[in-house]
Amino acid sequence: MSKAELVRDDLVPDELVRDDLRSRVKALLAATDPATTDRLDFLQARFDAGLAWVHFPPGLGGLGLPRAFQSYVDQLLETGGAPDNDPRRIGIGLGMAAPTILAFGTDEQKQRFLKPLWTGEEVWCQLFSEPGAGSDLAAVSTRAVRDGDSWVVNGQKVWTSAAHKARFAILLVRTDPNVSKHAGLSYFVCDMTDAGVDVRPLRQLTGEAEFNEVFLTDVRIPDSYRLGEEGQGWKVATATLMNERVAIGGAAAPREGGMIGVVAKTWRDRPELRTAELHDRLMTLWVEAEVARLTGQRLRQKLALGQPGPEGSAMKLTFARLAQQLSGLEVELLGEDGLRYSDWTMVRPDIVEFTGRDAGYRYLRAKGNSIEGGTSEILRNIVAERVLGLPAEPRTDKDIAWKDLPK
Amino acid sequence: MTSESTNSDLDDLDDLADLNLLYTDVEDSLRESVHDLLTARCTPERVVAAYDGDRELQLGLWRSLSVDLGLAGLLVPQDRGGAGATAREAAVVLEELGRFVAPVPFLTSAVVATTALLQGDDDETLGQLAAGGCTAALVVPFSASATSFRPTVRADNGKLQGRVTSVVGALDADVLLVPVSTDAGVELHRVDANTVEASGTGVDVEPVVSLDMTRQLADIDFIGARSRQVTVAESGDAAVRGALELGAALLASEQLGVAQWCLDHTVSYLLDRKQFGRPVGGFQAIKHRLADLYVMVESAHAAARYAAATAADDDPDRRLAASVAQAYCSEVAVKAAEECVQLHGGIGMTWEHPAHLYLKRAKADQIAFGTAGAHRLRLGELVGLPVVPA
Repeated sequence: MSKAELVRDDLVPDELVRDDLRSRVKALLAATDPATTDRLDFLQARFDAGLAWVHFPPGLGGLGLPRAFQSYVDQLLETGGAPDNDPRRIGIGLGMAAPTILAFGTDEQKQRFLKPLWTGEEVWCQLFSEPGAGSDLAAVSTRAVRDGDSWVVNGQKVWTSAAHKARFAILLVRTDPNVSKHAGLSYFVCDMTDAGVDVRPLRQLTGEAEFNEVFLTDVRIPDSYRLGEEGQGWKVATATLMNERVAIGGAAAPREGGMIGVVAKTWRDRPELRTAELHDRLMTLWVEAEVARLTGQRLRQKLALGQPGPEGSAMKLTFARLAQQLSGLEVELLGEDGLRYSDWTMVRPDIVEFTGRDAGYRYLRAKGNSIEGGTSEILRNIVAERVLGLPAEPRTDKDIAWKDLPK
Repeated sequence: MTSESTNSDLDDLDDLADLNLLYTDVEDSLRESVHDLLTARCTPERVVAAYDGDRELQLGLWRSLSVDLGLAGLLVPQDRGGAGATAREAAVVLEELGRFVAPVPFLTSAVVATTALLQGDDDETLGQLAAGGCTAALVVPFSASATSFRPTVRADNGKLQGRVTSVVGALDADVLLVPVSTDAGVELHRVDANTVEASGTGVDVEPVVSLDMTRQLADIDFIGARSRQVTVAESGDAAVRGALELGAALLASEQLGVAQWCLDHTVSYLLDRKQFGRPVGGFQAIKHRLADLYVMVESAHAAARYAAATAADDDPDRRLAASVAQAYCSEVAVKAAEECVQLHGGIGMTWEHPAHLYLKRAKADQIAFGTAGAHRLRLGELVGLPVVPA
């Protein structure tokens, strides 16, 4: 049996589509030479050519293709010397806000928000978690009260990365305290330049502050900025979070990409540190990292035509565990050098690199990987209930009005 | 960079497609026929009989799989009498065989021995194996890997001398393929097991009480056995190592089948079983263990498929993929079987419940074709992460 017979299913990119994409990229590069064009002008032209995110619809930066083709387009453009939209700087917009706007936004919202979001002209952040609503996100108590054609919002959000740079936020608030907690939520786009938005840095155990606390005082949001129906906020937020888990745990990576690559480099560069015991632990994690890479590849093949499902939670569980074990191993591997730390000064990093800075930083930052975007304990519940079909946790908070819940 | 040079570069970017880690329609339908046959014939009550010395299931079931379904010739090219399929299809068969702990010599005869023979020119034996009427075993310890293998049989005046322990698939084999150490290298010899047994001289195949009686071991003594050379000394060593490497790569799919059965049956049992007035599967301590096991089994899926896909394509990554798959899947199968026993509680400890069949298979498979630790060591060398300073 030949290879061609074995790969004839439609998960493998169709050569015709690739030919078409190649000619579209060539046309874009010919009409808008990246060498002589302003970066933003080029990105806007790329968006208009449907090559921003090919799985988005035509007219909104895409071509309505399976998302698997995007990496092909990205590579073509990179080879062609084109600038990218610096996706790490605008990860929340790309990974969470955009798919949510696409799924639940009105035509006007999609036209208004998606293009400057993708080009990076407008940075987005996420106003979800609160001091009293972490894993139990549906317990948010930030209130929005209707006032004519707009809403007045009061409350406190936390763990908001990029809030100090953001033009817009996706915001989950309580619009009806008299119904059960999941039913009383609504989802909005919030203008972060509103005078009632107060952003304060939240210093974390690494010493720096990549996140913020955001205090909302009489913030006014037009009703036209609502995403989804009033009371539908939980459904919209759930869709956002599924995308977040894929964004954190599901990105395509080369072999030895991510944390394993950092530790492997130390192993290669510092032969004097090697012991048999550390070697077996390193190779155990190397194998797990390689298998995780293949598992992600397989998951993307499964999802090539679909949307992220609960399987993304499984990827994120593995990602968090490996990041923690590998970064911990590296501190031990370094021995005496593992006792040192680069800098405790409170800074606000522009880009957060889980694999950046020194081993001590990586070890400490990785602790967040099993908390942010859904704790590993919540993710195990999701896998158990939604993939394996096991019974849900007993609940005492489902059928009573939010205002009557013990707080 | 000008746009002209840019555009010419773009045409050089061709094959960016990943290997398919899912299943093709052909593979799905092959799985279905194997699954249906095993569901009807390979029940746990019949499998467990092997532990009491009853080998009836093994012979009849293998005849059906090898002759009726034509699985024995899967890896043999069509022009040499086989079905001309690839490691991808063989892997799917092994997933099902693992799922049923089927006591048949598919891995040992149709994968390992057949792969070794494909390197030689004995098309007569190959044709017999492909047709399914004849079964072969490569005479090496089940624990031997492509890196650890050392021949222990030598030819003395044209007769074989030596002892090989812990050989699988030999008890029912018609043909023993013996790696023979010579001054020129390793030759592969064919010994006709039936004739030898009948004449009572030259070869002693001693059954061994085995941890996994669904794949029983034998210790084999060659005491002046007659043999026929099937590969020359230049290619015999590569033939044996290539066969052991494919064995390691595809054993991962059997381990995946074992692990998947254990997960599926544990979940369904715990949905059903009630204690404290609730299904046991609803307790968070249990749910989290099963979620972790699911993540492992899904990961084993990717590792096993990648090993099969790279072997099928003769991809340069195949050696690495085989070791990654063994280092990972062998541990997952054991973990799944151990969780299966524990989470079944008392019933999981009984002879009556089939969980022990999977535990014994998984534990034996963990040693087969090299332990996980041995594969990790080998990987360290393959990827430039050596244990000691270079």
